Amino acid sequence: MLELKAINAGYGNVQVLRNLSLTAKPGQVTCVMGRNGAGKTTMLRTIMGQVQAQAGSITLNNTPLHGLPAHEVPRHGIGYVPQGRRLFGELTVAQNIEIGLMTRHKTAKTRDYVLSLFPRLRERLAQRSSTLSGGEQQMLAIARALCLEPAVLLLDEPTEGLQPSMITLIRETLLTLKATGVATILVEQRVDAVLSMANQIAFVSNGTVAETLENTNLTPATPQFQTYVGI
Amino acid sequence: MDFGPFLLLALMEGTVMAAVLALTAVGLSLVFGVMRVVNVAHGEFFMLGAVIAWFVTHYMPGPPAVGFAAALVICPLLVGGVAALSDTLILKRLNYDPEATIVATIGLSYIFQQAALTFYGPDARPVEAPFDLRIQLPWFGYSGYKIAVVVAAIVILLAVWLLMTRTRAGLIMRATQLDRTTARAFGINVDRVYAAVFALGAGLAAVAAVLIVPIQQAHYLMGHDPLLLSFIVVIIGGLGSLRGTLLAALVIGLSDGVISVFFSPTLAKILATLLVAMVLVFRPQGLFGVKQ
Ligand SMILES: Nc1ncnc2c1ncn2[C@@H]1O[C@H](COP(=O)(O)OP(=O)(O)OP(=O)(O)O)[C@@H](O)[C@H]1O
Ligand SMILES: [Mg+2]
Repeated sequence: MLELKAINAGYGNVQVLRNLSLTAKPGQVTCVMGRNGAGKTTMLRTIMGQVQAQAGSITLNNTPLHGLPAHEVPRHGIGYVPQGRRLFGELTVAQNIEIGLMTRHKTAKTRDYVLSLFPRLRERLAQRSSTLSGGEQQMLAIARALCLEPAVLLLDEPTEGLQPSMITLIRETLLTLKATGVATILVEQRVDAVLSMANQIAFVSNGTVAETLENTNLTPATPQFQTYVGI
Repeated sequence: MDFGPFLLLALMEGTVMAAVLALTAVGLSLVFGVMRVVNVAHGEFFMLGAVIAWFVTHYMPGPPAVGFAAALVICPLLVGGVAALSDTLILKRLNYDPEATIVATIGLSYIFQQAALTFYGPDARPVEAPFDLRIQLPWFGYSGYKIAVVVAAIVILLAVWLLMTRTRAGLIMRATQLDRTTARAFGINVDRVYAAVFALGAGLAAVAAVLIVPIQQAHYLMGHDPLLLSFIVVIIGGLGSLRGTLLAALVIGLSDGVISVFFSPTLAKILATLLVAMVLVFRPQGLFGVKQ
Protein backbone atom coordinates (compact mmCIF):
# COMPACT_ATOMS: atom_id res chain seq x y z
CA MET A 1 0.00 0.00 0.00
CA LEU A 2 1.28 3.42 -0.99
CA GLU A 3 0.45 6.18 1.43
CA LEU A 4 0.96 9.91 1.07
CA LYS A 5 0.41 11.77 4.30
CA ALA A 6 0.18 15.56 4.63
CA ILE A 7 2.57 16.30 1.79
CA ASN A 8 3.83 19.81 1.12
CA ALA A 9 5.87 20.22 -2.03
CA GLY A 10 6.62 22.72 -4.77
CA TYR A 11 9.17 24.28 -7.05
CA GLY A 12 11.65 26.67 -5.48
CA ASN A 13 9.64 29.10 -3.38
CA VAL A 14 6.36 28.23 -5.08
CA GLN A 15 4.36 25.80 -3.01
CA VAL A 16 2.11 23.59 -5.14
CA LEU A 17 1.01 20.71 -2.88
CA ARG A 18 -0.50 21.59 0.45
CA ASN A 19 -1.22 19.00 3.11
CA LEU A 20 -2.02 16.39 0.47
CA SER A 21 -2.92 12.87 1.55
CA LEU A 22 -3.75 9.91 -0.67
CA THR A 23 -3.73 6.11 -0.43
CA ALA A 24 -3.38 3.51 -3.17
CA LYS A 25 -4.27 -0.08 -2.27
CA PRO A 26 -3.19 -3.27 -4.03
CA GLY A 27 -5.68 -4.44 -6.65
CA GLN A 28 -7.40 -1.07 -6.71
CA VAL A 29 -7.41 1.88 -9.07
CA THR A 30 -7.36 5.31 -7.46
CA CYS A 31 -8.29 7.92 -10.02
CA VAL A 32 -7.11 11.48 -9.54
CA MET A 33 -9.07 14.29 -11.11
CA GLY A 34 -8.66 18.04 -11.00
CA ARG A 35 -8.34 21.13 -13.14
CA ASN A 36 -5.27 22.12 -15.13
CA GLY A 37 -2.58 23.25 -12.75
CA ALA A 38 -4.25 21.68 -9.70
CA GLY A 39 -1.05 19.76 -8.92
CA LYS A 40 -1.76 16.25 -10.21
CA THR A 41 1.52 15.88 -12.09
CA THR A 42 3.42 17.49 -9.24
CA MET A 43 1.95 14.89 -6.89
CA LEU A 44 3.20 12.01 -9.06
CA ARG A 45 6.60 13.67 -9.48
CA THR A 46 6.82 14.04 -5.71
CA ILE A 47 6.16 10.32 -5.27
CA MET A 48 8.95 9.67 -7.81
CA GLY A 49 11.37 11.88 -5.87
CA GLN A 50 11.68 14.31 -8.78
CA VAL A 51 10.12 17.01 -6.62
CA GLN A 52 11.24 17.01 -2.99
CA ALA A 53 8.54 16.81 -0.34
CA GLN A 54 9.12 19.59 2.21
CA ALA A 55 6.80 18.04 4.74
CA GLY A 56 4.79 14.88 5.22
CA SER A 57 5.58 11.28 4.42
CA ILE A 58 5.37 8.88 1.49
CA THR A 59 5.53 5.19 2.39
CA LEU A 60 5.25 1.94 0.49
CA ASN A 61 4.14 -0.84 2.87
CA ASN A 62 5.54 1.31 5.68
CA THR A 63 8.95 1.75 3.99
CA PRO A 64 9.61 5.48 3.63
CA LEU A 65 10.19 6.69 0.06
CA HIS A 66 10.38 10.42 0.76
CA GLY A 67 13.92 11.70 0.86
CA LEU A 68 15.25 8.92 -1.36
CA PRO A 69 17.26 9.97 -4.41
CA ALA A 70 14.99 9.91 -7.47
CA HIS A 71 16.72 6.89 -9.02
CA GLU A 72 16.07 4.73 -5.96
CA VAL A 73 12.30 5.22 -5.86
CA PRO A 74 11.51 3.06 -8.93
CA ARG A 75 13.72 0.29 -7.53
CA HIS A 76 11.14 -0.13 -4.77
CA GLY A 77 8.65 -1.13 -7.43
CA ILE A 78 7.05 2.12 -8.52
CA GLY A 79 6.37 2.19 -12.27
CA TYR A 80 5.79 5.64 -13.76
CA VAL A 81 4.03 6.56 -16.99
CA PRO A 82 4.68 10.29 -17.22
CA GLN A 83 2.43 12.87 -18.82
CA GLY A 84 3.42 13.21 -22.49
CA ARG A 85 4.91 9.68 -22.36
CA ARG A 86 8.54 10.81 -22.35
CA LEU A 87 9.90 7.83 -24.23
CA PHE A 88 13.57 7.75 -25.15
CA GLY A 89 12.58 8.78 -28.66
CA GLU A 90 15.85 8.06 -30.43
CA LEU A 91 16.03 4.58 -28.95
CA THR A 92 14.16 1.62 -30.36
CA VAL A 93 11.12 -0.02 -28.82
CA ALA A 94 13.33 -2.89 -27.64
CA GLN A 95 15.82 -0.49 -26.02
CA ASN A 96 13.08 1.41 -24.18
CA ILE A 97 11.85 -1.90 -22.83
CA GLU A 98 15.40 -2.93 -21.94
CA ILE A 99 15.77 0.21 -19.82
CA GLY A 100 12.55 -0.67 -18.01
CA LEU A 101 13.83 -4.19 -17.34
CA MET A 102 17.18 -2.93 -16.03
CA THR A 103 15.52 -0.90 -13.29
CA ARG A 104 14.82 -3.95 -11.16
CA HIS A 105 16.98 -6.50 -12.94
CA LYS A 106 14.07 -8.26 -14.60
CA THR A 107 14.64 -10.89 -17.24
CA ALA A 108 13.22 -12.10 -20.54
CA LYS A 109 10.32 -13.66 -18.69
CA THR A 110 9.01 -10.25 -17.65
CA ARG A 111 9.66 -8.94 -21.13
CA ASP A 112 7.59 -11.72 -22.68
CA TYR A 113 4.74 -11.11 -20.28
CA VAL A 114 4.71 -7.38 -21.00
CA LEU A 115 4.87 -7.90 -24.74
CA SER A 116 2.02 -10.39 -24.51
CA LEU A 117 -0.10 -7.51 -23.21
CA PHE A 118 0.89 -5.37 -26.21
CA PRO A 119 1.39 -7.63 -29.25
CA ARG A 120 1.64 -4.55 -31.51
CA LEU A 121 4.90 -3.62 -29.81
CA ARG A 122 6.38 -7.01 -30.47
CA GLU A 123 6.04 -6.36 -34.20
CA ARG A 124 7.88 -3.06 -33.87
CA LEU A 125 10.77 -3.94 -31.57
CA ALA A 126 13.47 -2.64 -33.90
CA GLN A 127 11.61 0.57 -34.72
CA ARG A 128 12.71 3.90 -33.31
CA SER A 129 10.14 4.77 -30.66
CA SER A 130 9.65 8.34 -31.90
CA THR A 131 8.28 6.93 -35.18
CA LEU A 132 5.45 5.02 -33.47
CA SER A 133 1.87 6.30 -33.63
CA GLY A 134 0.55 8.16 -30.58
CA GLY A 135 -1.32 5.11 -29.32
CA GLU A 136 1.66 2.82 -29.79
CA GLN A 137 3.88 5.30 -27.96
CA GLN A 138 1.48 5.24 -25.03
CA MET A 139 1.49 1.43 -25.08
CA LEU A 140 5.28 1.52 -24.96
CA ALA A 141 5.28 4.00 -22.09
CA ILE A 142 3.01 1.66 -20.14
CA ALA A 143 5.01 -1.41 -21.20
CA ARG A 144 8.25 0.24 -20.06
CA ALA A 145 6.75 0.88 -16.62
CA LEU A 146 5.39 -2.67 -16.40
CA CYS A 147 8.89 -4.03 -17.00
CA LEU A 148 9.56 -3.17 -13.35
CA GLU A 149 6.85 -5.64 -12.29
CA PRO A 150 5.63 -2.71 -10.22
CA ALA A 151 3.71 -2.97 -7.00
CA VAL A 152 2.44 0.54 -7.70
CA LEU A 153 1.74 1.99 -11.13
CA LEU A 154 1.45 5.75 -11.61
CA LEU A 155 -0.16 6.93 -14.84
CA ASP A 156 -0.46 10.59 -15.82
CA GLU A 157 -3.24 11.14 -18.36
CA PRO A 158 -2.44 8.08 -20.48
CA THR A 159 -5.48 8.53 -22.71
CA GLU A 160 -4.71 12.17 -23.58
CA GLY A 161 -5.09 12.67 -27.32
CA LEU A 162 -5.80 9.03 -28.17
CA GLN A 163 -8.50 7.48 -30.37
CA PRO A 164 -11.41 5.66 -28.69
CA SER A 165 -10.14 2.23 -29.79
CA MET A 166 -6.81 2.92 -28.14
CA ILE A 167 -8.48 4.18 -24.97
CA THR A 168 -10.44 0.93 -24.79
CA LEU A 169 -7.27 -1.07 -25.12
CA ILE A 170 -5.51 0.87 -22.39
CA ARG A 171 -8.53 0.51 -20.13
CA GLU A 172 -8.58 -3.24 -20.64
CA THR A 173 -4.90 -3.48 -19.89
CA LEU A 174 -5.31 -1.51 -16.67
CA LEU A 175 -8.20 -3.73 -15.60
CA THR A 176 -6.05 -6.80 -16.26
CA LEU A 177 -3.30 -5.35 -14.09
CA LYS A 178 -5.74 -4.44 -11.37
CA ALA A 179 -6.77 -8.11 -11.25
CA THR A 180 -3.11 -9.06 -10.70
CA GLY A 181 -2.97 -6.93 -7.55
CA VAL A 182 -1.17 -3.82 -8.76
CA ALA A 183 -2.01 -0.62 -6.90
CA THR A 184 -2.76 2.00 -9.54
CA ILE A 185 -2.89 5.77 -9.32
CA LEU A 186 -4.44 7.05 -12.51
CA VAL A 187 -4.62 10.75 -13.32
CA GLU A 188 -7.47 10.93 -15.79
CA GLN A 189 -9.82 13.67 -17.01
CA ARG A 190 -12.45 11.57 -18.84
CA VAL A 191 -15.40 10.88 -16.61
CA ASP A 192 -16.51 7.77 -18.55
CA ALA A 193 -13.04 6.26 -18.36
CA VAL A 194 -12.82 7.04 -14.64
CA LEU A 195 -16.22 5.54 -13.88
CA SER A 196 -15.31 2.33 -15.72
CA MET A 197 -12.01 1.79 -13.87
CA ALA A 198 -11.88 3.53 -10.52
CA ASN A 199 -12.35 2.11 -7.05
CA GLN A 200 -11.90 5.56 -5.56
CA ILE A 201 -11.81 9.00 -7.08
CA ALA A 202 -9.65 11.65 -5.42
CA PHE A 203 -10.46 15.21 -6.45
CA VAL A 204 -7.45 17.48 -6.34
CA SER A 205 -8.00 21.18 -6.05
CA ASN A 206 -5.42 23.82 -5.31
CA GLY A 207 -2.72 21.31 -4.41
CA THR A 208 -4.66 19.15 -2.01
CA VAL A 209 -7.10 16.23 -2.11
CA ALA A 210 -10.32 18.10 -1.43
CA GLU A 211 -12.64 15.11 -1.52
CA THR A 212 -12.49 11.35 -2.09
CA LEU A 213 -15.44 9.29 -3.33
CA GLU A 214 -15.88 5.53 -3.52
CA ASN A 215 -16.96 4.60 -7.03
CA THR A 216 -20.35 3.18 -6.13
CA ASN A 217 -23.53 4.69 -7.56
CA LEU A 218 -21.59 7.50 -9.23
CA THR A 219 -22.79 8.83 -12.57
CA PRO A 220 -21.48 11.53 -14.89
CA ALA A 221 -24.10 13.75 -13.28
CA THR A 222 -22.49 13.45 -9.84
CA PRO A 223 -21.93 17.10 -8.84
CA GLN A 224 -18.27 16.68 -7.80
CA PHE A 225 -17.28 16.24 -11.44
CA GLN A 226 -18.73 19.65 -12.19
CA THR A 227 -17.21 21.19 -9.06
CA TYR A 228 -13.64 19.92 -9.36
CA VAL A 229 -13.18 19.23 -13.06
CA GLY A 230 -15.74 21.54 -14.64
CA ILE A 231 -17.36 19.11 -17.05
CA MET B 1 60.44 15.65 -53.93
CA ASP B 2 57.85 15.41 -56.71
CA PHE B 3 54.33 16.68 -56.16
CA GLY B 4 52.75 13.21 -55.89
CA PRO B 5 54.95 11.84 -53.09
CA PHE B 6 54.88 15.23 -51.40
CA LEU B 7 51.08 15.14 -51.35
CA LEU B 8 51.17 11.56 -50.05
CA LEU B 9 53.46 12.64 -47.22
CA ALA B 10 51.16 15.55 -46.40
CA LEU B 11 48.14 13.25 -46.36
CA MET B 12 49.93 10.78 -44.08
CA GLU B 13 50.87 13.53 -41.65
CA GLY B 14 47.28 14.75 -41.84
CA THR B 15 45.97 11.27 -41.06
CA VAL B 16 48.09 11.03 -37.90
CA MET B 17 46.84 14.44 -36.87
CA ALA B 18 43.23 13.45 -37.66
CA ALA B 19 43.51 10.24 -35.63
CA VAL B 20 44.72 11.98 -32.47
CA LEU B 21 42.29 14.83 -32.97
CA ALA B 22 39.40 12.41 -33.40
CA LEU B 23 40.19 10.76 -30.05
CA THR B 24 40.40 14.10 -28.28
CA ALA B 25 37.31 15.57 -29.92
CA VAL B 26 35.17 12.48 -29.32
CA GLY B 27 35.91 12.91 -25.61
CA LEU B 28 34.76 16.54 -25.71
CA SER B 29 31.71 15.65 -27.79
CA LEU B 30 30.68 12.82 -25.48
CA VAL B 31 30.81 15.09 -22.44
CA PHE B 32 28.79 17.77 -24.16
CA GLY B 33 26.35 15.28 -25.65
CA VAL B 34 25.50 13.46 -22.44
CA MET B 35 26.05 16.16 -19.80
CA ARG B 36 25.51 19.39 -21.79
CA VAL B 37 28.74 20.62 -20.25
CA VAL B 38 31.15 22.64 -22.37
CA ASN B 39 34.40 21.41 -20.89
CA VAL B 40 36.99 24.15 -21.30
CA ALA B 41 39.45 22.04 -19.25
CA HIS B 42 39.46 19.31 -21.91
CA GLY B 43 42.79 20.49 -23.32
CA GLU B 44 44.29 20.33 -19.83
CA PHE B 45 43.20 16.70 -19.46
CA PHE B 46 45.14 16.13 -22.68
CA MET B 47 48.15 17.96 -21.23
CA LEU B 48 47.94 16.00 -17.97
CA GLY B 49 47.94 12.78 -20.00
CA ALA B 50 51.15 13.83 -21.74
CA VAL B 51 52.88 15.03 -18.57
CA ILE B 52 51.94 11.91 -16.61
CA ALA B 53 53.18 9.85 -19.57
CA TRP B 54 56.54 11.54 -19.17
CA PHE B 55 56.68 10.67 -15.46
CA VAL B 56 55.62 7.08 -16.06
CA THR B 57 58.08 6.42 -18.90
CA HIS B 58 60.84 8.27 -17.06
CA TYR B 59 60.57 6.32 -13.82
CA MET B 60 59.52 2.95 -15.21
CA PRO B 61 62.50 0.59 -15.39
CA GLY B 62 63.04 -1.59 -18.45
CA PRO B 63 62.86 -0.90 -22.17
CA PRO B 64 60.89 2.11 -23.50
CA ALA B 65 58.08 -0.12 -24.76
CA VAL B 66 57.28 -1.25 -21.22
CA GLY B 67 57.12 2.29 -19.88
CA PHE B 68 55.02 3.37 -22.80
CA ALA B 69 52.57 0.49 -22.42
CA ALA B 70 52.28 1.36 -18.74
CA ALA B 71 51.61 5.00 -19.63
CA LEU B 72 48.87 3.94 -22.04
CA VAL B 73 47.04 2.30 -19.14
CA ILE B 74 47.99 4.53 -16.20
CA CYS B 75 47.46 7.96 -17.81
CA PRO B 76 43.82 7.58 -18.87
CA LEU B 77 42.99 5.94 -15.54
CA LEU B 78 44.64 8.70 -13.48
CA VAL B 79 43.28 11.52 -15.61
CA GLY B 80 39.86 9.88 -15.66
CA GLY B 81 40.00 9.69 -11.87
CA VAL B 82 40.89 13.37 -11.61
CA ALA B 83 37.99 14.14 -13.96
CA ALA B 84 35.50 12.06 -11.98
CA LEU B 85 36.62 13.84 -8.82
CA SER B 86 36.25 17.26 -10.49
CA ASP B 87 32.76 16.27 -11.58
CA THR B 88 31.66 15.18 -8.14
CA LEU B 89 33.32 17.99 -6.23
CA ILE B 90 32.55 20.87 -8.58
CA LEU B 91 30.25 20.32 -11.55
CA LYS B 92 27.65 18.38 -9.60
CA ARG B 93 27.49 21.12 -6.98
CA LEU B 94 26.76 23.63 -9.75
CA ASN B 95 23.83 21.46 -10.83
CA TYR B 96 25.45 21.30 -14.27
CA ASP B 97 24.24 24.80 -14.99
CA PRO B 98 25.63 25.45 -18.51
CA GLU B 99 27.12 28.85 -17.81
CA ALA B 100 28.46 28.06 -14.35
CA THR B 101 30.20 24.93 -15.64
CA ILE B 102 31.99 26.93 -18.34
CA VAL B 103 33.41 29.25 -15.70
CA ALA B 104 34.23 26.30 -13.43
CA THR B 105 36.08 24.40 -16.15
CA ILE B 106 38.04 27.55 -17.05
CA GLY B 107 39.07 27.65 -13.40
CA LEU B 108 39.94 23.96 -13.44
CA SER B 109 42.11 24.44 -16.53
CA TYR B 110 44.23 27.04 -14.68
CA ILE B 111 44.53 24.77 -11.68
CA PHE B 112 45.77 21.89 -13.84
CA GLN B 113 48.19 24.12 -15.73
CA GLN B 114 49.67 25.57 -12.57
CA ALA B 115 49.87 22.14 -10.98
CA ALA B 116 51.79 20.89 -14.01
CA LEU B 117 54.08 23.93 -13.92
CA THR B 118 54.77 23.33 -10.24
CA PHE B 119 55.37 19.59 -10.32
CA TYR B 120 56.65 19.10 -13.86
CA GLY B 121 58.26 22.41 -14.65
CA PRO B 122 58.32 24.76 -17.62
CA ASP B 123 60.41 22.56 -19.93
CA ALA B 124 59.18 20.59 -22.89
CA ARG B 125 60.41 17.04 -22.47
CA PRO B 126 60.44 14.22 -24.99
CA VAL B 127 59.10 10.76 -24.43
CA GLU B 128 60.80 7.96 -26.29
CA ALA B 129 58.68 6.05 -28.80
CA PRO B 130 57.98 2.45 -27.74
CA PHE B 131 59.70 1.16 -30.85
CA ASP B 132 61.90 2.53 -33.56
CA LEU B 133 60.77 1.39 -36.96
CA ARG B 134 61.18 3.20 -40.24
CA ILE B 135 59.00 2.12 -43.10
CA GLN B 136 60.75 2.73 -46.38
CA LEU B 137 58.37 3.80 -49.15
CA PRO B 138 59.74 4.18 -52.72
CA TRP B 139 59.91 7.98 -52.29
CA PHE B 140 60.59 8.55 -48.63
CA GLY B 141 60.90 6.78 -45.31
CA TYR B 142 58.09 7.12 -42.78
CA SER B 143 57.84 6.59 -39.06
CA GLY B 144 56.34 3.23 -38.25
CA TYR B 145 55.29 4.65 -34.91
CA LYS B 146 53.07 7.25 -36.56
CA ILE B 147 51.29 4.49 -38.45
CA ALA B 148 50.85 2.63 -35.18
CA VAL B 149 49.27 5.78 -33.73
CA VAL B 150 46.65 5.77 -36.48
CA VAL B 151 45.92 2.09 -35.95
CA ALA B 152 45.68 2.52 -32.17
CA ALA B 153 43.32 5.49 -32.56
CA ILE B 154 41.07 3.52 -34.88
CA VAL B 155 40.96 0.60 -32.44
CA ILE B 156 40.10 2.87 -29.51
CA LEU B 157 37.43 4.76 -31.46
CA LEU B 158 35.93 1.45 -32.54
CA ALA B 159 35.84 0.37 -28.90
CA VAL B 160 34.07 3.62 -27.94
CA TRP B 161 31.56 3.09 -30.72
CA LEU B 162 30.89 -0.48 -29.59
CA LEU B 163 30.56 0.72 -26.01
CA MET B 164 27.96 3.31 -26.98
CA THR B 165 25.92 1.17 -29.37
CA ARG B 166 26.28 -2.42 -28.18
CA THR B 167 26.50 -2.41 -24.42
CA ARG B 168 24.24 -1.81 -21.47
CA ALA B 169 26.51 1.00 -20.27
CA GLY B 170 26.11 2.68 -23.64
CA LEU B 171 22.34 2.36 -23.46
CA ILE B 172 22.36 3.94 -20.01
CA MET B 173 24.51 6.83 -21.26
CA ARG B 174 22.26 7.42 -24.25
CA ALA B 175 19.10 7.32 -22.15
CA THR B 176 20.67 9.84 -19.75
CA GLN B 177 21.62 12.04 -22.70
CA LEU B 178 18.07 11.95 -24.10
CA ASP B 179 16.16 12.65 -20.86
CA ARG B 180 17.86 12.57 -17.51
CA THR B 181 14.68 13.01 -15.47
CA THR B 182 13.02 10.02 -17.07
CA ALA B 183 16.28 8.09 -16.84
CA ARG B 184 16.12 8.57 -13.06
CA ALA B 185 12.52 7.32 -13.06
CA PHE B 186 13.95 4.05 -14.38
CA GLY B 187 16.60 3.62 -11.75
CA ILE B 188 19.50 5.22 -13.60
CA ASN B 189 21.89 6.92 -11.19
CA VAL B 190 22.52 10.02 -13.28
CA ASP B 191 25.25 11.34 -10.96
CA ARG B 192 27.23 8.18 -11.50
CA VAL B 193 26.68 8.25 -15.27
CA TYR B 194 27.89 11.85 -15.39
CA ALA B 195 31.03 11.09 -13.39
CA ALA B 196 31.74 8.11 -15.65
CA VAL B 197 31.16 10.09 -18.85
CA PHE B 198 33.34 12.96 -17.65
CA ALA B 199 36.05 10.44 -16.79
CA LEU B 200 35.70 8.69 -20.13
CA GLY B 201 35.91 11.99 -22.03
CA ALA B 202 39.03 13.01 -20.11
CA GLY B 203 40.51 9.53 -20.46
CA LEU B 204 40.16 9.72 -24.24
CA ALA B 205 42.04 13.04 -24.26
CA ALA B 206 44.72 11.48 -22.07
CA VAL B 207 45.13 8.46 -24.35
CA ALA B 208 45.41 10.76 -27.36
CA ALA B 209 48.14 12.67 -25.53
CA VAL B 210 50.08 9.52 -24.66
CA LEU B 211 49.99 8.53 -28.33
CA ILE B 212 51.20 11.95 -29.48
CA VAL B 213 53.88 12.55 -26.89
CA PRO B 214 56.64 10.60 -28.69
CA ILE B 215 55.98 12.91 -31.67
CA GLN B 216 55.42 16.19 -29.81
CA GLN B 217 57.06 16.85 -26.47
CA ALA B 218 55.17 17.08 -23.20
CA HIS B 219 54.73 20.66 -22.01
CA TYR B 220 52.47 22.32 -19.47
CA LEU B 221 50.93 24.64 -22.07
CA MET B 222 50.36 21.98 -24.71
CA GLY B 223 46.61 21.79 -24.04
CA HIS B 224 45.72 24.91 -26.01
CA ASP B 225 45.86 23.54 -29.55
CA PRO B 226 43.95 20.31 -28.87
CA LEU B 227 41.25 22.30 -27.08
CA LEU B 228 40.86 24.76 -29.95
CA LEU B 229 40.95 22.07 -32.61
CA SER B 230 38.55 19.84 -30.70
CA PHE B 231 36.09 22.69 -30.43
CA ILE B 232 36.46 23.35 -34.16
CA VAL B 233 35.84 19.68 -34.91
CA VAL B 234 32.90 19.38 -32.53
CA ILE B 235 31.23 22.53 -33.86
CA ILE B 236 31.70 21.50 -37.48
CA GLY B 237 30.61 17.93 -36.79
CA GLY B 238 27.59 18.97 -34.77
CA LEU B 239 27.68 19.09 -30.97
CA GLY B 240 27.04 15.68 -29.48
CA SER B 241 27.07 13.79 -32.78
CA LEU B 242 29.76 11.09 -32.66
CA ARG B 243 29.63 10.35 -36.37
CA GLY B 244 29.87 14.04 -37.22
CA THR B 245 32.80 14.45 -34.84
CA LEU B 246 34.72 11.64 -36.53
CA LEU B 247 34.08 12.98 -40.04
CA ALA B 248 34.97 16.51 -39.03
CA ALA B 249 38.18 15.32 -37.35
CA LEU B 250 39.16 13.63 -40.59
CA VAL B 251 38.39 16.75 -42.65
CA ILE B 252 40.18 19.12 -40.27
CA GLY B 253 43.12 16.78 -39.66
CA LEU B 254 43.74 16.07 -43.33
CA SER B 255 43.31 19.64 -44.51
CA ASP B 256 45.48 20.86 -41.65
CA GLY B 257 48.18 18.37 -42.65
CA VAL B 258 48.05 19.24 -46.34
CA ILE B 259 47.84 22.99 -45.92
CA SER B 260 50.58 22.98 -43.29
CA VAL B 261 52.92 21.03 -45.54
CA PHE B 262 52.24 23.01 -48.72
CA PHE B 263 51.69 26.47 -47.26
CA SER B 264 51.93 27.11 -43.54
CA PRO B 265 50.42 25.81 -40.30
CA THR B 266 49.11 29.31 -39.58
CA LEU B 267 47.13 29.37 -42.80
CA ALA B 268 45.68 25.97 -41.89
CA LYS B 269 44.43 27.31 -38.54
CA ILE B 270 43.06 30.45 -40.20
CA LEU B 271 41.08 28.40 -42.71
CA ALA B 272 39.77 26.04 -40.05
CA THR B 273 38.61 28.94 -37.92
CA LEU B 274 36.99 30.53 -40.96
CA LEU B 275 35.17 27.28 -41.64
CA VAL B 276 33.85 27.26 -38.07
CA ALA B 277 32.57 30.81 -38.48
CA MET B 278 30.81 29.84 -41.71
CA VAL B 279 29.27 26.76 -40.09
CA LEU B 280 28.07 28.80 -37.11
CA VAL B 281 26.44 31.34 -39.44
CA PHE B 282 24.93 29.04 -42.04
CA ARG B 283 24.47 25.72 -40.27
CA PRO B 284 24.60 26.19 -36.50
CA GLN B 285 23.63 22.58 -35.83
CA GLY B 286 26.90 21.52 -37.51
CA LEU B 287 27.42 19.87 -40.88
CA PHE B 288 26.29 16.49 -39.61
CA GLY B 289 24.22 17.46 -36.59
CA VAL B 290 20.44 17.35 -36.35
CA LYS B 291 18.46 20.55 -35.87
CA GLN B 292 17.18 20.82 -32.29
N1 LIG C 1 8.84 22.71 -13.26
C1 LIG C 1 8.01 23.62 -12.69
N2 LIG C 1 8.52 24.74 -12.16
C2 LIG C 1 7.70 25.65 -11.57
N3 LIG C 1 6.37 25.52 -11.49
C3 LIG C 1 5.80 24.42 -12.02
C4 LIG C 1 6.59 23.42 -12.64
N4 LIG C 1 5.77 22.44 -13.08
C5 LIG C 1 4.53 22.82 -12.73
N5 LIG C 1 4.54 24.01 -12.10
C6 LIG C 1 3.36 24.71 -11.54
O1 LIG C 1 2.78 23.88 -10.56
C7 LIG C 1 1.37 23.93 -10.62
C8 LIG C 1 0.80 22.53 -10.76
O2 LIG C 1 1.22 21.97 -12.00
P1 LIG C 1 0.95 20.47 -12.38
O3 LIG C 1 1.67 20.20 -13.64
O4 LIG C 1 1.23 19.60 -11.22
O5 LIG C 1 -0.61 20.50 -12.66
P2 LIG C 1 -1.55 19.37 -13.25
O6 LIG C 1 -2.65 19.22 -12.29
O7 LIG C 1 -0.78 18.18 -13.62
O8 LIG C 1 -2.11 20.10 -14.56
P3 LIG C 1 -2.45 19.51 -16.03
O9 LIG C 1 -3.87 19.04 -15.96
O10 LIG C 1 -2.31 20.72 -16.90
O11 LIG C 1 -1.49 18.44 -16.37
C9 LIG C 1 1.03 24.84 -11.80
O12 LIG C 1 0.71 26.10 -11.30
C10 LIG C 1 2.29 24.90 -12.59
O13 LIG C 1 2.41 26.15 -13.24
MG1 LIG D 1 -0.37 17.24 -15.35
